[in-house]
Amino acid sequence: MSQSGVTSMLSIKGLRANVGEREILQGLDLEVGAGEVHAIMGPNGSGKSTLAHVLAGREGYTVTAGSIRFLGEDLLALAPEERAQRGLFLAFQYPVELPGVNNTYFLRTALNSIRRARGEPELDAVSFLRLMREKLKILHLDDSLLKRPVNVGFSGGEKKRNEIFQMTILEPSLAILDETDSGLDIDALRLVADGINALRSAQRSMILVTHYQRLLDYIQPDYVHVLAGGRIIRSGGKELALELEQRGYGWIEAELAA
Amino acid sequence: MSGSPAFEGIVKSDYEHGFVTEIESDTLPPGLNEEVIRTISRRKAEPEFMTEYRLKAYRHWLSMQEPRWAFVDHPPIDFQAISYYSAPKHLKEGPKSLDEIDPALLETYNKLGIPLEEQKVLAGIAVDAVFDSVSVATTFRETLAQAGVIFCSISEALRTYPDLVRQYLGSVVPYTDNFYACLNAAVFSDGTFVYIPKGVRCPLELSTYFRINARNTGQFERTLIIADVGSYVSYLEGCTAPQSDENQLHAAVVELIALDDAEIKYSTVQNWYPGDAEGRGGIYNFVTKRGDCRGARSKISWTQVETGSAITWKYPSCILRGEGSVGAFYSVAVTKGRQQADTGTKMIHLGRHTRSTIVSKGISTGWGRQTYRGLVRVAQRAQGARNHTQCDSLLIGDRCSANTVPYIEVKNPTARVEHEATTSKISEDQLFYCRARGLNAEDAVSMIVNGFCKEVFNELPMEFAVEAQKLLSISLEGAIG
Ligand SMILES: Nc1ncnc2c1ncn2[C@@H]1O[C@H](COP(=O)(O)OP(=O)(O)OP(=O)(O)O)[C@@H](O)[C@H]1O
Ligand SMILES: [Mg+2]
Repeated sequence: MSQSGVTSMLSIKGLRANVGEREILQGLDLEVGAGEVHAIMGPNGSGKSTLAHVLAGREGYTVTAGSIRFLGEDLLALAPEERAQRGLFLAFQYPVELPGVNNTYFLRTALNSIRRARGEPELDAVSFLRLMREKLKILHLDDSLLKRPVNVGFSGGEKKRNEIFQMTILEPSLAILDETDSGLDIDALRLVADGINALRSAQRSMILVTHYQRLLDYIQPDYVHVLAGGRIIRSGGKELALELEQRGYGWIEAELAA
Repeated sequence: MSGSPAFEGIVKSDYEHGFVTEIESDTLPPGLNEEVIRTISRRKAEPEFMTEYRLKAYRHWLSMQEPRWAFVDHPPIDFQAISYYSAPKHLKEGPKSLDEIDPALLETYNKLGIPLEEQKVLAGIAVDAVFDSVSVATTFRETLAQAGVIFCSISEALRTYPDLVRQYLGSVVPYTDNFYACLNAAVFSDGTFVYIPKGVRCPLELSTYFRINARNTGQFERTLIIADVGSYVSYLEGCTAPQSDENQLHAAVVELIALDDAEIKYSTVQNWYPGDAEGRGGIYNFVTKRGDCRGARSKISWTQVETGSAITWKYPSCILRGEGSVGAFYSVAVTKGRQQADTGTKMIHLGRHTRSTIVSKGISTGWGRQTYRGLVRVAQRAQGARNHTQCDSLLIGDRCSANTVPYIEVKNPTARVEHEATTSKISEDQLFYCRARGLNAEDAVSMIVNGFCKEVFNELPMEFAVEAQKLLSISLEGAIG
């Protein structure tokens, strides 16, 4: 799928994965080149979040066949933290609460773990605070959120924005955003989209999992894929999303069956 | 500094001489009888009333049974095999160099960044009293003396302020209280005495660290802290560095007395040697700690971080006698390896409109066994008493266990007593979330556990809190994976 001349960011071939006893991903292929933005759409329960978790290395998701290469490395051989340290970032569909863990402290520890793994100097509290203030403005997040425990008592929309805030600080090479748009009000969606667009670059790729065209109005994807029954059943350009918005998924499945 | 001019004079002259404790050179042979007790008292040049008090306690102790109700196991203790008086260790046998110390202990010292000389002291190696000459200690004493605060060893207090000691010693924990407290009353070696005069806000955090001889107070330590009307003191006991000791049994008694409008904040970090991986050689820590909010609107709070000892058995308690007095207990207890802890608190509401708060955070890993045992008692006359208890346990791994045993006795219908308890495992979701952000599993656990303990750490003096967090992280190394 990736055009010639574009370096490969992520290459998934014939991926099969189980959750518990059940096979959820059933032979999935996906190529993402550097700098590309891919949207993945598909019915509820089709395996989108499963793919995201397999990529991030969550325990309990067993890969039974296929391969995943990330920046030329065998992704499946790496622990979750090593994947993050190599530049993979998952914005969670359901961000997790960490009671008592200060948001700022959490994020600085995360950034410094990644920097340390890369042999870069750690940021002290003061430089980190400066960095954070700068990025906060982009997302118009209230600083009070930074003094609170991670995601505890955050509204649904605040949790999603906090995920994107983390992404802007950690500056990953590949970001997988799992339904970051759901639960956001219209203004917040705009801000989040601006934040994501600001991070687009020739070196950074993104996989946007979404149910709605609206996000794609703001963030124009290079490719749109339909995931159903654990496989990518159709791929196209951004016009595919518009078509899905009008016609739903049934027609593709019908075409495939025919 | 207002308050008691009479005391200032005495205190000043006393502090000019510093904290002098004469060094006896001999050790009594093992065994316990009335002659041993008389000898201890004589060696310490104690006033007559003290000798009598010790003897009364001893006679009572003979009639007592060792308690068996705590959820802890240990081989029987032979009380005749213990030597009840020994000279300060730095002149005696004991390890000669760091080569003789458990390497695991040394590794922990290094991780905590403790200087070599201090490591030796902690490990019980003979060194000269290096802290004596440290100027910070001198400044410390001068500042306290100016405020009229008395801070000295209890032996010294018995000689210099016998009336004060006589008035308060045993008034909170009578020798009849329990088996170990009774034994302590009979044979206590030494300990700390603090008196804060009326209206004085103690200008410094008092810490045993600054009491030069405090490290040699031995296994039957006795602490007495009195906060006179309208005064305030914050006292820190212990340190984060693991301390080893040749004495396996530690049975300390701590008594706190707060008069009208006085406040005592007592913080402990307990990190005694827990023994090797099988639990051999660890300390048995059976301590009685009790605070008496004797005056109206007085406050006593206990904050503890317990990570050490093979067996811990302790229930810092508050007697809320004065009207509107306030008691608090904030605790973090960690058991790992083969450690056992049975800990909690008692809040005894006697006065009207008394309030108490209990926050207990238990963390169990490995084969660790932990019990929270808490009593909230509201007497009939304690109109409008309030208690809130929150008791959370966190299990890491599946071989450890946690029990919660709340006892609630309410005799006044206007009282409000709330109890919340949770037991959880470190959630997979939380661990994965942290790792997906680049933290390794160990750092992730430590971060989650520190978060779990946050409410308690917030109660510790700043510097202590930072050390406690570091200590907790070190304690949890290797707890998972
Ligand atoms: N831990 C689990 N145990 C059992 N089944 C699971 C587990 N996690 C996911 N599944 C199942 O796997 C299937 C795929 O789930 P997944 O979350 O990947 O769907 P999705 O495409 O992200 O759906 P949605 O659009 O609703 O977010 C679903 O049928 C779900 O019930
Ligand atoms: Mg999903």
